[in-house]
Amino acid sequence: MAVDPHVTEVDVKALNREGVHVTSLESLYNWGRSNSLWPLQFGLACCAIEMIAATMARHDMARFGAEVFRPSPRQADLMIVAGTVTKKMAPMVVRLYNQMPEPKYVISMGACAISGGPFRDGYNVLNGIDRFIPVDVFIPGCPPRPEALLDGVIQLQEKIRSQKLSGPDRARHADKSACAEYPVPEYGGGDLSPPYNPEIWSPPPPFGSSDEDESEFET
Amino acid sequence: MQMETNLMSPPSTYLFLSIFLVVAIVFPLVPIGLAKLWSHTFTPAKPGHEKQSSYECGVVPVGSTRIQFKSQYYLYGIIFLIFDVEAVFLIPLAVAFLDLSLGAVLAVAVFILLLLEGLAWAWTKGVLKWQ
Repeated sequence: MAVDPHVTEVDVKALNREGVHVTSLESLYNWGRSNSLWPLQFGLACCAIEMIAATMARHDMARFGAEVFRPSPRQADLMIVAGTVTKKMAPMVVRLYNQMPEPKYVISMGACAISGGPFRDGYNVLNGIDRFIPVDVFIPGCPPRPEALLDGVIQLQEKIRSQKLSGPDRARHADKSACAEYPVPEYGGGDLSPPYNPEIWSPPPPFGSSDEDESEFET
Repeated sequence: MQMETNLMSPPSTYLFLSIFLVVAIVFPLVPIGLAKLWSHTFTPAKPGHEKQSSYECGVVPVGSTRIQFKSQYYLYGIIFLIFDVEAVFLIPLAVAFLDLSLGAVLAVAVFILLLLEGLAWAWTKGVLKWQ
């Protein structure tokens, strides 16, 4: 929170007590954009119904500044992948993500978007959107209730507030050389090629490859 | 004589105008410049092939997105104007008809005649014929 290396947290607190609020440009910037997340307006399956419910009067996502659902990726900075991503739909989802301007974030909402959920063994369902695009927040549930989505948004806001604008560990959007577009898989022959993006996802080790797994999963 | 004094107003009026002009130019330019500076310093632009391509709900766009509309659609515009604007004005006219003065009725009649002229034009042009 320190504005300058010479200003310590104690100084800031002392100033706060006197009614003087000190902040850094970075915190102000992050505070502003964390409270105006504009989600891309699209739903893939039943989770989208919960997403809609989260924006309605009872749950009212507008309290967190995330109610302005945009019909175009050009104006959106949050992608809520709400529902089952079929293999046929996955290229569209990745392309939409690519068309969003930086800074952009992804919430993977529900069991299907995380892992394929109940359709995991199906022939036409992608087992997790994190195989192709980087996901910031995973919300478990089938489907997650609107409260869970709100919690996900709050978690994302906390992440945004902690992001750095400069330095070696700066956020991706502040890094000119960091990747902003991810390869779009091709759909054909009933499957995706490649099946996942090896740069951001790798298959977990098979069951029984370590002692821990054996004790837990061996029948 | 009165006109002349009005025209020869004190220079302070023009001073005000020039101040307004400067403010009107500077007011939008400063935020735009600050935003450009911010994006140049902290959040560099990352154009790319996918990102620059036309937004077509995630599908690869086919062909050019510069679609041409037929200029013949202006006929629909004109006929819509005749019937829609007429209806908008005729309903309040019908409500207040008994209280209207002769002048008001004549004014409305002229207005409707003007619109009827457009209808007659469209009729003679053969626009109303179903093809």
